[in-house]
Amino acid sequence: MPEARPRLAAKARLRYDRKSTRYMLLYPERGLVLNPTAADIVQLCTGEHTVEAIVQRLAEKYTSQPREAIAQEVQTFLDVMAARGLVHAEP
Amino acid sequence: MVTEAAFDASRAGRVRFRRVSDEYRPYTLVAELTYRCPLRCAYCSNPLDYAGHTDTLTTEDWRRVFREAEDLGVVQLNLTGGEPLVRDDLEALVEEAERLDLYTNLITSGIPLTRERLAGLARLGLDNVQVSIQDVTAAASDRMAGLRSFERKLEVARWVKDLGLPLTVNTVLHRDNLDAVEHVIALAESLCADRLELANTQYLGWALVNRRALLPTPAQLEAARAVAAAARARLQGRMEVLFVTPDYYSRVPKACMDGWGRRFIVVTPDGLALPCHAAHTLPGLVWDNVRDRALGDIWRDSPGFAAFRGEAWMAEPCRSCDRRAIDFGGCRCQAYHLTGDAALTDPACSLSPHHDLVETARREALTPHTVPPLVYRAARQPART
Repeated sequence: MPEARPRLAAKARLRYDRKSTRYMLLYPERGLVLNPTAADIVQLCTGEHTVEAIVQRLAEKYTSQPREAIAQEVQTFLDVMAARGLVHAEP
Repeated sequence: MVTEAAFDASRAGRVRFRRVSDEYRPYTLVAELTYRCPLRCAYCSNPLDYAGHTDTLTTEDWRRVFREAEDLGVVQLNLTGGEPLVRDDLEALVEEAERLDLYTNLITSGIPLTRERLAGLARLGLDNVQVSIQDVTAAASDRMAGLRSFERKLEVARWVKDLGLPLTVNTVLHRDNLDAVEHVIALAESLCADRLELANTQYLGWALVNRRALLPTPAQLEAARAVAAAARARLQGRMEVLFVTPDYYSRVPKACMDGWGRRFIVVTPDGLALPCHAAHTLPGLVWDNVRDRALGDIWRDSPGFAAFRGEAWMAEPCRSCDRRAIDFGGCRCQAYHLTGDAALTDPACSLSPHHDLVETARREALTPHTVPPLVYRAARQPART
């Protein structure tokens, strides 16, 4: 839903990892190493930005990609994170 | 303008710690701050001789260990014990962990704690609180804990959520409470837990002493597993439901600690740096103390950490097994405590020549028997059975 405002779950926290030079999303007993685009999305999951606004930001940054493709990837990623309880979508 | 970066969110998040290419990098420090605990659970994973380890690390020792761990690549910190709350410098330790940007998880019985103290720890940057609840009724929970504590634990769990902290509920499962797993799930839901760990007892430490009283039947286990799976699907996205199978009922061994000296460092209350909670119960291995050597040196080249890294130590059937890079031969402590040799295949594996030890225990669980009284964790060591 493009008007939803995704917010990182309370249990999850983003941390920059010097060793891998990537962002990690940490939660109890686990962690995910994020690729740069995933980290861009997660950084915008503050509950302030709508999915549409997140897509807009990424489209400005990754200009070689068609906007529809970005929109689809953002939504797929957010769905996976929501299923894991790492991101909540607030209306 | 950035145009070069690939847009590849679909592949993000598939990489878990265990698959990261760095073969030996510790991601988690398990800080056993003390072996003291007001509870006396009969399945405690602390060593049987815990009471003999009294020379505990100071606040400054622990701060230095955290710094050295972070420098090695550690990002997760488990503050555990014993009961970490019995240390009055927990605040100073959480503060240092926060300064190092570690994900800090307090693993606690919730006893002794006040709401004010928990609020203070939350302000200092605690990231998650894991509260153990032994069973679903006060009588059963208090019986296992050996202390009246059930009502207080529920209160602590509510404080955790009130203060905006994420809550993990941990319940250790065994013969007496597996049939109540549905109620355990309902209890965790009513507490608005973010995560529920249904951890079947693993038979090491005090649990091995009490195996006859604790080991469930296969029917109990399968029924509970099905209930947990249904709850996991129903609660997806709201409450994470983990169900950890007991080694005795899996055909292949677990990848204990994700492999020896690969992902975890455990530091005991008196400063031994270990690859797992019980490594110091294995004879013949020499362990370094964090008071004597830097953690990085210990991790890289202490003989104890080197002992079971890689595959050179493996005997058959592990040596030629397809799964040797998946399960790393299973649990070294289980191999030792059941067979007397830490370098053998974990007897939980159906291919182990000693698997009959596990099968015999399973058969005993099926045979109707008078359940022996629990041997509670206590300063005096029980007689070996």
